[in-house]
Amino acid sequence: MPTTYLEAIRQGIWEEMERDPSVFLIGEDIGVYGGAFKITAGMLDRFGGRRVIDTPLSEAAVVGAAIGAGLMGLRPVAEMQFSDFITCGFDQIVNFAAKCRYRWGAAVPMVIRAPSGAGIHGGPFHSQSPEAWFVHTPGLKVVMPATAYDAKGLIKSAIRDNDPVIFLEHKALYRRIKEEIPAGDYTVPLGQARIFRDGADLTIVTFGAMVYVAEEAAGTLEKEGISAEIVDLRTLLPLDEETILASVRKTSRAIVLHEASLTGGVGGEIAARIAEKAFDHLDAPVVRIAAADTPVPYSPPLEEAFLPNAARVIEKARALCRY
Amino acid sequence: MAAADTMKLAVADGPDPDAALAWRFLHYMFLMREVEERIERKLYRQGKIVGGVYSGRGQEAISVGAGLATHPEDVLFPCHRDMALYFIRGVQPRQVFAQYMGRVGGLTRGRDANMHMGDLRLKLVSIVSAIGASVPVAAGAALALKYQGSRHVAWVFFGDGATSRGDWHEGVNFATVQKLPLVLMCNNNQYAYSTPLELQMACANVADRGPAYAMPAEIVDGNDVFAVHEAARRAAAHAREGLGPYLIECKTFRMTGHSAHDPGDYVPKHLWAEWAAKDPILRLEQLMRERGWAGPAEIDELYARLRREIDEAIDWAEKSPYPDPSSLLDDVYERR
Repeated sequence: MPTTYLEAIRQGIWEEMERDPSVFLIGEDIGVYGGAFKITAGMLDRFGGRRVIDTPLSEAAVVGAAIGAGLMGLRPVAEMQFSDFITCGFDQIVNFAAKCRYRWGAAVPMVIRAPSGAGIHGGPFHSQSPEAWFVHTPGLKVVMPATAYDAKGLIKSAIRDNDPVIFLEHKALYRRIKEEIPAGDYTVPLGQARIFRDGADLTIVTFGAMVYVAEEAAGTLEKEGISAEIVDLRTLLPLDEETILASVRKTSRAIVLHEASLTGGVGGEIAARIAEKAFDHLDAPVVRIAAADTPVPYSPPLEEAFLPNAARVIEKARALCRY
Repeated sequence: MAAADTMKLAVADGPDPDAALAWRFLHYMFLMREVEERIERKLYRQGKIVGGVYSGRGQEAISVGAGLATHPEDVLFPCHRDMALYFIRGVQPRQVFAQYMGRVGGLTRGRDANMHMGDLRLKLVSIVSAIGASVPVAAGAALALKYQGSRHVAWVFFGDGATSRGDWHEGVNFATVQKLPLVLMCNNNQYAYSTPLELQMACANVADRGPAYAMPAEIVDGNDVFAVHEAARRAAAHAREGLGPYLIECKTFRMTGHSAHDPGDYVPKHLWAEWAAKDPILRLEQLMRERGWAGPAEIDELYARLRREIDEAIDWAEKSPYPDPSSLLDDVYERR
């Protein structure tokens, strides 16, 4: 049966809860209400209030409590209602969780799940893509699945990991993406990109919902005789540099595409690594395509103008191939 | 109140077992005082310590009185003026000196400075510099203890300044809602860096914050180690009974600047003198002599022994190597 991206995450969490009694959930409105997006629906009934903890409106407490429980050997899965609100727990994440192992050798197994991304007309505070803040923080892992298969496999790996993981779910994919996935247990390793689509003429390095923008562009480009390879990073930190470089060495052209704003985004880091380590293989400069350097606007025409789309990818791809 | 009364400690009449307890108090209070004196007034000035030095001088009764009320399985979140908690848990002075000197013999092997020390095997969780951040984390440790069906308690230590942070309030609110086994030990030393209490909060006492969370909160003389100890025992019993968090405000005074570089010129001079007279170690010595718990030379003998141990600890720490730069990249993540 086709499974949605949302249901895949739900299954992954559910199975981990069944498998390991040290896994528990903590967050706002996740119990009785089942979460703002219903990821945790039914879990309170199955696992009880001890393991599905509704908290006050208090992100620093949610994250802090998850860190404390993780230090004590539990495996907390904390939910931010929207990734935009993760800022309220920012100090706990970047100063407490991320640095414990390096500073004093203490493991903080912990997952912070956060619905991120735009495309639902959520406006400036329900649409952000905050990955770059965390990619700039050694000690964290940052995961952004694009497919239902990866979403389930990656949430399981994240829960089993012994380092703090920021797990950014794209809210526009929750019910849009449906695919066949294995019913039982499987994992997708953290830190490994995958080739989402094979190609020969250029590489589009991307992740999250932009994988589908790249796919749409690649379909059009193919009809024009341009074969685009799509690298879906899946994990942004640690970054799978090898897969990126191998693809670029093969195609000799690279577009880095992401949904977050351009300046200071992870695209700059990826472009720099390609330039440093695969320069001799490039036939054209690396191109970045990203959202505008503005807050995420609310009204549909503004939001559409803000977000990267297939037309922009196609235009840049054509230009690259003519270079 | 007569001067003699303010000096009196909250110790029960009768010789024992308070005598044995008093000796344990004195041991750890003097050890903390002397280790910090050496760090702040000798090693720092000799340039052997790079970076900040934060001392708990004058506040030793708090970490000692509370520390000796904890169970070894309780989880402790010390603040930066609670060095005695480390000694009570079994950390050696030599490790503390090495920590302050950035050597591999320190608890963080040169990764972090001064009181930023932790060891999960000893149930000691390291502070971070954003004061108050430990409170929600301690709530999480308390949650884990409850989750695991343990009867043990998490103890979080902080100063008056920390109670201005949102993290403090979020942690306390969550812990009280969940009735978590958490003891909140405040050293109200009346200054947050240079900021006096009246610029820090509009209420008179940190304990006044308790009722907002339906949390018991009591005020004790933080320079009376017996009073702190008894309050800590009450708080722990409350938390162990599943009745939720308990706040103790220890009124004290920071007998030093915020850190070694800060002479504390902003403190009115008369306060130094008033609080010097209430020194927790002098008060304990006086009590022990009055009660006949300590013979004429016994206290001096203890101090001489601890000083010798400290001399040796400093020698050891100075011989401990600096970390090898090749270890820079280790342990950002779990080694696979």
